[in-house]
Amino acid sequence: MKRAGLALSWLMLAASVTFLLAPLAVTVAVSLSPSPVFELPHDTLSLTWYRQIAQLDGLVPSVLLSLEVAAIATVVSLVLGTLAAIAVVRGRFPGREAIATFLVSPLMLPGLVLGIALLQYFRSLGLHAALPTLLLAHVLVVLPYVMRTLMGGLSLFDFTLLDAARTLGLSWPRAVLQVMVPVLAPSFLTGGLFGFISSVDNYPVSIFLTDVYHKTLPIQLLQYIGESPDPTIAAVSTLMIGLTVLVLVLGERLVGLDRMAGV
Amino acid sequence: MRRIRPANVGLLSLPATLYFLLLFALPLGVLLAESLHDRSGWTLAHYARFFATAYNWSVIGRTLRVAVLCTLFCTILGYPAAFALARTRGLLQSALIAALLLPLSVSVIVKAFGWTVLLRGNGVINQALQAVGLTDAPLRLLFTEAGLLIGITNIFLPFMVLPLFSVVRQLDPRLTDAAATLGSTPLHAFLTVTLRLTLPGLIAGITLVFSLSIAAYVIPTLLIGDTYQTLPTMIATSFLYLQDPGKGSVAGVTLLVLSVATIITSAALSRRFTGRGR
Repeated sequence: MKRAGLALSWLMLAASVTFLLAPLAVTVAVSLSPSPVFELPHDTLSLTWYRQIAQLDGLVPSVLLSLEVAAIATVVSLVLGTLAAIAVVRGRFPGREAIATFLVSPLMLPGLVLGIALLQYFRSLGLHAALPTLLLAHVLVVLPYVMRTLMGGLSLFDFTLLDAARTLGLSWPRAVLQVMVPVLAPSFLTGGLFGFISSVDNYPVSIFLTDVYHKTLPIQLLQYIGESPDPTIAAVSTLMIGLTVLVLVLGERLVGLDRMAGV
Repeated sequence: MRRIRPANVGLLSLPATLYFLLLFALPLGVLLAESLHDRSGWTLAHYARFFATAYNWSVIGRTLRVAVLCTLFCTILGYPAAFALARTRGLLQSALIAALLLPLSVSVIVKAFGWTVLLRGNGVINQALQAVGLTDAPLRLLFTEAGLLIGITNIFLPFMVLPLFSVVRQLDPRLTDAAATLGSTPLHAFLTVTLRLTLPGLIAGITLVFSLSIAAYVIPTLLIGDTYQTLPTMIATSFLYLQDPGKGSVAGVTLLVLSVATIITSAALSRRFTGRGR
């Protein structure tokens, strides 16, 4: 019985990993295929579809817009989120837990509902410009990630270290910079990274705030798939997978995958 | 030496809290108000109209059915998998965690696109099924509920495995041995010791997967299309194409209520099951 249970768990792990990697593997495979109709398997490798990427209308602007929005939202979230996380972990005031839950709650609520709520709200305020509304909205997407990882990191941080640094003659800003920031760096990195990724990947909030001239990458990608699903999309997707691998390798080097997985 | 007082430290949460009040709580409040409002003033007319339509009930039912089945499949795959993952060490474990984190971090649109390729009539899955002899003609998978379920389970599976793994890895394997020594059958030991101790991870995983899958939008759009509406696709079409904010707001509030109910139920469950014995 025990052996059967163990065999079952190994089987399910193997099945899960294969299942999870399947859509990524097939995307990479068709991007390298010479055939325009997703024929698999294929004998020859071809980079035709990668050359075709240059022909895609509006790809570069959408990438730049997504990176811009994600970068600004992440910086704002790191500042606001860090301050709030310190307050919640260190403060002794009523409603601390409520504030913590409040600032993490967009993670658990449907993005689409937030999207339509912001659409109506911004309209009623007369705010129609795409870029500012996207920026304002994406802070709500990123901040919960920062808040969650920093609360975890801070609860393990020994704040008497700051007093020790002060006793040894460091000014407050220097004590924070030289003692607290290095210890919390992994939390900054993990929270910032996952927040950034989720902003770049966000579809349900952005779709209600973009216009014809401001399309973020996911919206542009979904439009390509709807218009003409050819292997050029697979080539773009493969580049995105490659970039994600790179980010994870970097994260593994700097933080360790264990910490990134939150386990 | 000046110390920051705990009371003053609390003020540091003000900027983020104000931001969220103005740009998160207030817009959700406005959405709620919009759903209760039309040109003549406060009214329940939008709700009456929405819930009088049998089709809208079937959309709600469908959304819940897909979410329940997705959560079930993720549990069947993810619960045993977490145990095997916790038994691995070193490089193998890192590789397996990477295999969970990579799909989690890749854009949902990329994964959905991969599934449209896998599920086509002449796609890899149909080729494999025919090669093994399970079917003679290609199965129709894309734009069916089966295809949707495969895709949505794929997207949310890591959210089941990771919280379970973090609980299972802390289990002491000697506990089940102790139970066996004390005369417990393996099944009884599993139910009373292992399941009980991993329940917090299981509840966390189920809550995450269920609340994510009732809100999924990209996957249904790409894998099953507009003819099969769920609450999220209905919300999007009401606002983007039909210009019917009344219907869209009611559908939005309904989805919001379902999510909040999920979270509250989960919190109550984890309090009930983990409050004792700690």
